Amino acid sequence: MIRVQNLSVNYGAVKALRDVSFEAPTGQITAVLGANGAGKTTLLRTISGLVTPKTGSIHLDERPLVGVATENIARMGVAHVPEGRGVIEELTVEENLRLGAMAAKVDLAEGLREQYERFAALGERRKKLCSTLSGGERQMLAMARALIAKPRVLLLDEPSLGLAPQVTAQLMRSIHDLCESEHLTVVLVEQNAKSALRIAHRAVVLHLGTAVASGDATSVAADDNLRRYYLGVVVE
Amino acid sequence: MSAFLTSSLMHNIFGGLAQGVVYSLVALSLVIVWQSTHVLNFAQGAMAMFATYIGMTEIDRGIGYWWCVIISVAVGMIVGGLTERVLIRPLYGKPEINPIVVMVGFLGVLEALSAAIWTSSTRNIAEPFSQIFYHANGNLVYLSPFIIFQIILAICIMLLVAALFRFTRLGLQLRASALAPEVSRLLGIRVSRMLTIGWMLSAGVGAIAAVIQASGSFGLFPTNMDGIFVAGFIAAAVGGLESPIGAVAGGLLIGLAEQFILAYWSPNVAPLGGIIILVVALMIRPQGLFTKHAGRRV
Repeated sequence: MIRVQNLSVNYGAVKALRDVSFEAPTGQITAVLGANGAGKTTLLRTISGLVTPKTGSIHLDERPLVGVATENIARMGVAHVPEGRGVIEELTVEENLRLGAMAAKVDLAEGLREQYERFAALGERRKKLCSTLSGGERQMLAMARALIAKPRVLLLDEPSLGLAPQVTAQLMRSIHDLCESEHLTVVLVEQNAKSALRIAHRAVVLHLGTAVASGDATSVAADDNLRRYYLGVVVE
Repeated sequence: MSAFLTSSLMHNIFGGLAQGVVYSLVALSLVIVWQSTHVLNFAQGAMAMFATYIGMTEIDRGIGYWWCVIISVAVGMIVGGLTERVLIRPLYGKPEINPIVVMVGFLGVLEALSAAIWTSSTRNIAEPFSQIFYHANGNLVYLSPFIIFQIILAICIMLLVAALFRFTRLGLQLRASALAPEVSRLLGIRVSRMLTIGWMLSAGVGAIAAVIQASGSFGLFPTNMDGIFVAGFIAAAVGGLESPIGAVAGGLLIGLAEQFILAYWSPNVAPLGGIIILVVALMIRPQGLFTKHAGRRV
């Protein structure tokens, strides 16, 4: 479980996050929703240790994460797929996957086999440079590279960005299935509130750095005001 | 065959290659540092010279040549690692000119320090192989056991570095850390350790270049790597700064150009060879002859 308490982050004079608190329970998907500039990416980057908060705490189960180096947070089992996927274009598909497995104490051959089974398209392109992959394939690779380390927590930043609607729907289904089969704690940052709420168990809505709502995904989805004012969903 | 080997053409090719491999090694060491930290290390030659002085001083204590080479490379790597930790690390994220200024200053410090400790006079180092040229049918072949050693050693180092980057776990982590430091950290890779290792490797390769240079007829003195560094730097720029193969090819090209200008024009203008190649290369491909990307991230 990830527990965020009273988290505030400043970029100089700009307050990116203000007193944000929420919990992402084990084995569930927690969607973090909001418009551009709401602080969603900053929230994930702070959990990963890339950004140091001004105040507040973050815990992975009982272990504090604030002040721990990013690489050590990754080694504790927190996999972060950053905005834009973070695939290293100059390396091949397999080199990217090998990097994913490197810091974790996992069997590389077994891990590769598992990921190629899960994402068959990657197996076919294992020797290809990542610069030749399509957007959907890059997203697959980013997911596979995170999963090969057998993480406990998966932080996903806008995975649907730039993908066609059918690909997004497929991706959301696989995130849901993964969460169930691997018992993963998923924190899913999305602008596409509708798709995210369809698979999420819980949701947090950020607006200008403040958490304006958090709770069961179904209750957030049913709140017309939240949907209208913060999530950009047309209410019929 | 022997007439061909003893021809002036082959003389110039052998001479050019022998000097070119030293340039290639310096260029390679610059590319390793550039790739891992995006710093142009203007003190690369001086660091290598300093390490060679420490290693070669051991010869006076009766330790054999090969042990002194190993000591030079080890000292070079330690100096490289310390330089990254102490001088360069505080400058990450600062304007790109800052590390350049610091390293130019460090170059001056190392040369002054070497002159103070070992004096400015040239030290001749007993070369491990004879420098006497071979003969074929009574004619000189401009190739000596030392030149052959020099070329083979340089090729071995280049192949080892290439194999390290291409086939090993460490090499993959080094490449990833240089290409995408933030993503690498998110994957649990200790990027700051990789940057230090990158500097150590680079300084080790540089030290080998300096050992070869000092063991030849030039000898060792505090500024003996200055000209070599300039040629190595041009070689790295010709190759595109991001390509180890480009660095090696650039070094060989400049070595050959200098040798041919020296033979057919004048020794005084031989250093122009590198500049001419740089200007022509930059006119044809401004991004470097061996760089794949047309643009560079700034």
